[in-house]
Parts: sequence; C-alpha cells; structure tokens
Amino acid sequence: MAREAELRLRDQLSKLKSLPLLRGARLEGDLERLQRQLDHLVAEPTDDEIWHSVELARHEDRPYTLDYIERILEDWFELHGDRHHGDDPAVVAGLGRFRGRTVVLVGNQKARDTKERLRRHYGMAYPEGFGKAMRAMELAQRHGFPLISLVDIPGAYPGVTAEQHGQGGAIARSQALMARLRVPIVTCVIGEGGSGGAIATALADRVLMQENAIYTVISPEGCAAILWRDAGEARKAAAAFKPDAAHCLELGVIDAVVPEPEPGAHADYDEAARLLGEALAESLEIFEGVPGDDLCRQRRVRFRTIGQVSATR
Amino acid sequence: MSERIDVSIEHKHAPPEDGGRPHPNTCPGCGSHYRDDELEANLGVCPHCGHHFPVHARDRIRQLSDEGTFEEEAAELRSDDPLGFFDLRPYTERLAEAELSTGLGEAMVIGRAAIQEQPCALAVMEFGFMGGSMGRIVGEKFARACESAAERGVPLVSVTASGGARMQEGILSLMQLPKTVCAVEDLHDSGGTLISVMAHPTTAGVLASFASLGDVIVAEPGALLSFTGPRVVQQTTREKLPEDFGRAESNLRYGHVDAIVPRPELRPTVARLLRLFSNGA
Repeated sequence: MAREAELRLRDQLSKLKSLPLLRGARLEGDLERLQRQLDHLVAEPTDDEIWHSVELARHEDRPYTLDYIERILEDWFELHGDRHHGDDPAVVAGLGRFRGRTVVLVGNQKARDTKERLRRHYGMAYPEGFGKAMRAMELAQRHGFPLISLVDIPGAYPGVTAEQHGQGGAIARSQALMARLRVPIVTCVIGEGGSGGAIATALADRVLMQENAIYTVISPEGCAAILWRDAGEARKAAAAFKPDAAHCLELGVIDAVVPEPEPGAHADYDEAARLLGEALAESLEIFEGVPGDDLCRQRRVRFRTIGQVSATR
Repeated sequence: MSERIDVSIEHKHAPPEDGGRPHPNTCPGCGSHYRDDELEANLGVCPHCGHHFPVHARDRIRQLSDEGTFEEEAAELRSDDPLGFFDLRPYTERLAEAELSTGLGEAMVIGRAAIQEQPCALAVMEFGFMGGSMGRIVGEKFARACESAAERGVPLVSVTASGGARMQEGILSLMQLPKTVCAVEDLHDSGGTLISVMAHPTTAGVLASFASLGDVIVAEPGALLSFTGPRVVQQTTREKLPEDFGRAESNLRYGHVDAIVPRPELRPTVARLLRLFSNGA
C-alpha cells in the first residue's frame, strides 16, 4: 500500500514538473510555489492541509466574479434577466472588452455582507440564473464573441421554487448548449466549483483552476453526511475526494493551474486579477482562428475522454 | 391486466422481517404484501393502490423488450478505484458487494433490443447497484449506447433510477455529467432520438444531465424527480415542502416531463414513440 502511494506520488511529481506554466506569470515565484506544492504532495498532504484549501476557496475576502470583472474587463455592460420570468442575482452575465476584443462573460456571484448575501442567495443559482447564462451564451454564439465563464458556486440552490422551476433540466440544458457553441470557451474555477451548479457553466474548451480553488462533486459536508453519516466529518471527506487544484490537474479534469499571490487571492486582488487575466488571454489565444465546428468537436472529445477507464477489472 | 391478486387481511401489514425495515414485497402505499410471483405478474405494481415498486434492470429489460431480442453490450466493463477512496469502507469492497448482490457489473445495463418490433438501443439503470450512482463506467456505458444507436440509426431508450453522481469517484464522477451530455448532443447531431423514461428516483447528477435531454421524457407515477432531495431542501431552507415535492406529478404540472405513464402502459407507449420517430420507415 505504501509503495503504491509512493509510486503514485512520483508519477504526480513528474506530471507536475511538466505542468503547463502560464506565460506572463512571474516564473521564479511560480516555480517556487509549485515546488512547495510538490513538497506538500510528496509529504502526502494531511487532512488539515487539504482542508486549508477548502477554507481558502471559501474565504470571505476571496475576490468574487465582479471583483475580477472590474479589473480585467473594460466597458463592462451587465445583462439582466433570463427573458422568461426572472433575474437571478447569483449569476452575472454581460459584455465587455478583454484585451481589445469583445467577449461575453458569465460567472457566479457571491456577496460579503448579510443583506447582499441574502439577495444573491449565497451565490447559489436558481434555474433563472442558468437561463440568464444560456441567454448570454447564445448572444456570444450569434456574434462570434469568445465566452469566459468564472465558476464560484457552493452548489445550485436547493429549494422548493428552484425545483419547481426545473433546476435539474436547467443544468442539463446549459451544458448541452455549451456543447453546441461554435465560439471558444474558457472556464476558470475561482473559488468553489460545487457540483452540478458548477458544471452547468464549465463545459469549456479549456478549464483552469486557481491554485486555492476547489472542484467537487458534492460539498465535503454533504459527502460526510451521507458516507460517514456525520456532517462533522467534512475534513475526512475532503481528504478522501481530493478537491484541490493539483489533484484535479493530475486527474486530467483541468488543463492548468492559475497561480495566486501569497498567501491566497484574498491578500491581493490586483495581482490575483493580473494572473487570472494572463491565464485567460493565453487560453483564448490557443483557439484563435480555429473553425467553430472543430472547436465543438474537440470540446466534446475532451469530455468524452476525461478520466476514461483504461483497463477492466 | 391481470387476475385478482390476494390482498386478504393476513397478507396485509406483514411484520418487518428483521424488525426494522419493512419487507421489500410490502407495499409502502397501502401495506399489502405480495409473493414474488404475484409482484412479477403485475410488473411490480401494487394492484391494490397502484404503487410502483422498484424494478431491477434485468426485469425492466424483460418487461420492455420483445422476448429474446435483447443483446447486451459492454457487459465486461468494471469500475476501478481512481482515488483510492475509503470512507467507512473501501470503495472496491462496496463495488464487489454491489456486484454480488445485483449480479450486474455496474449500475447500468446497455444493449440492443426491439420493442414491439421497433429496433432500438437500451440503457437501463439499476438502483440496487450503489443507489444507481453514476461513476465513470456508467458514463462510459451511456456514451457507448448513444454511439451504438447513432451507428445503427435507431433511437435510444434510457430508463433512469439514480441517486446521482458516485461520490467515491470524486470529481471524475461530476465529469460524467458533461460526458453524457456531449454523447446526447452527438446522437442528436446524427439525427438520432433519445426517449428518456424516468423511474423512481431520478435525481441530482442524472437528472441534471442526459435524463433531462430526452426528445420525449416520460415518468413513472410517483417517481421522485428532483435535483436536490426533499430532506436536503428541508434541512437547508427550513421551507415547508409541498406534499408532492419533486414527484412526477408535480414535474408534469410545472412542465418538466411530457407524460406520466403507468408501468403496464410503458411498453406500448415507448413502442408508439419509436414508431413516430421512425416516421413510418
């Protein structure tokens, strides 16, 4: 068992060494940071260390979507409403200029003070929110604008009205629409990538994750409540399902890790936004001039083959 | 539909076998108790109150398809343990136990079949296999069913019964949502059809992916079809839940499913849809 773990870690190490470093990132600092991540991995991160990444991803001073928008986009024009019957403040969508070109951006939006948190219902989207995102995606498609999505959602809103308005179907259709878009899509998980609510806007050509973000199939608390029958065992659950960026990279779920300033994005919004902007620009550049049909096909192949099982038991 | 079934008083409210859970053949709707052959003869529907008992994947295939037409595909696929996941027990142990108790290699069975002489592909979920949870093999099997349907130019009929994504495969299980969605998109692009039958329960990750993308969606009576289950909604929001929260009937009222089809009518209904989509061919 121990040898198996060591082999796995050595494998991780070599993979991380070939980690696609993002141009424009301050290389020395990034390398140092990566080396530190490697050291953590080699030491087999403790439950506490993995839990620390969960805490940073949920840090109440962590920059949210609108904090990044005001730093990386010019001429931001926010769109409101799903054009059916509502405007969900937990999702923002709009047009802006990114490095000289028009892009469409959709993102989850949390809030810091209580009143605002309630208004945005803690960043947990209703079907109307996914509807607004879909409307913005269609706009991007119609005009050939690239799409950027920023993911930061604890999970889709778990409520009676949300169910009556078709939460499951909305998440499914949002993904289906992304699978059809003929414009480049880049997603970055900037905080919590919580389950179905996250994947609803994350079916992208390239998926990035900030260094201290998490990407999960269920909240650590939810997993603990089901498998350990005790929500208090969230740390154990988090340690078991490995939601941190390094593991998501290793599993092939994301394409690159976006560095954050020390000790986390909450410490320096401007620097965090600069690093995110560089990563998004670099990613969009990859798809420059690629025909829409090819984008669409490659995107589907990407998700068709993620985590494919190579051997049968 | 069937001969009279014995629901006499001595069969009612049979005491739970092990003191705790009621016997699986005891109707939770009206307390009637049935022998295995009685339930089977009624397709797992309580003749007294109409409650739909859960149906195993193999039985469902037998109920739906023409006798002897089902040919299973990808039966050899088995899950591995990508994360070395260990909660109270190792994931590999849970997998082995599920295979022993269900006789199935995974929570989905796929293959080709004919329903009232209409050829189709089938993808049927087994709730008894770890709550019908969707991990990498369920995702892979569904994707292969889509490909097989597209290649043969026949519709795909899916029957879902699932608690959602398989937590033991972590983020890789979440990736089965976009994977199955992309598979449906490819099927649709090839001119193919997906008929989605939602059985109890179709929730979370399966509801939020391929099951909701059917060209036509039909549900079994009383099936729970919700992204978040009633208990979690209750605990998180403290809202008072409507009586039929998340049930098929509520979903029909709010416009999320096309029809509620009692099990005895499911086979002719699916056959009718297959004929319509084949456009007389």
